[in-house]
Amino acid sequence: MTTSLQSRPSRTRRRLLQSAAAVALVPWLPANAAADELPEIPALSAFLAGRKPRLARVHLTLPQLADNGQTVPMKVSVDGPFGPGPRVTAINLFSEANPVPEMAVFEFPVAVDRAEIDSRVRLATTQRIVAVATMSDGALYATAAEVIVTIAGCMDGT
Amino acid sequence: MPDARISVPPSVARGKPFEVRIIIRHAMETGYRTDESGKSIPRNVIRTFTCRYNGDVVFSARMSSGIAANPYLRFFVTAKDSGQLAFEWVDDNGVRGSDSAAVTVV
Repeated sequence: MTTSLQSRPSRTRRRLLQSAAAVALVPWLPANAAADELPEIPALSAFLAGRKPRLARVHLTLPQLADNGQTVPMKVSVDGPFGPGPRVTAINLFSEANPVPEMAVFEFPVAVDRAEIDSRVRLATTQRIVAVATMSDGALYATAAEVIVTIAGCMDGT
Repeated sequence: MPDARISVPPSVARGKPFEVRIIIRHAMETGYRTDESGKSIPRNVIRTFTCRYNGDVVFSARMSSGIAANPYLRFFVTAKDSGQLAFEWVDDNGVRGSDSAAVTVV
């Protein structure tokens, strides 16, 4: 009897904690969802031309919050090793909200054992960036990352 | 006038990828900015960048205004023979820049 009386408040507390945790997790859901599907970017759709990249192997690292969109560190890599199998031939970067959606294309004309590039990008505003890796057998792999930009990287007078 | 700073390891192991870092001094003008008199500053960004290793292109980049001013690139090249990495880039005005770095394979 005493045990059930004691367990009742603890169960309530557990439920409270669970719901609190659920509420706390909600704001993170869009950020996680960004990796599950690619944003609608006309330039990206034109590049893909109906092909469906697999959302795997590519890693795009950008800060979650960029204070200054003028220069944002960016790292993109494709999981290896490639060995005798298909290798990476190109990595395309697409921007959701920049005036120029095709940000950059990195090309590997010869086999590279470590497909990893660091650079700094300009971001007009808060948006998602997509990286698409093309393999030598034509396979496509992709990922997306969201960046919150507080100071815009493009002053276009608007 | 040096236009680029390059960093390559002093010696690299044959058959292994090694890190190459380069910063090119360039404004990467977006074309969206205006000067003090309100006149728009024409776009001028580095369009193409290539890295040759003993003559063969091993890495290249096509860039846009989406790459920050003074573009920085870090990438990997697989070591084969001692020799030279030659870098070349061209901007919207057709201005070419180039630089090189020695590679010592052990």
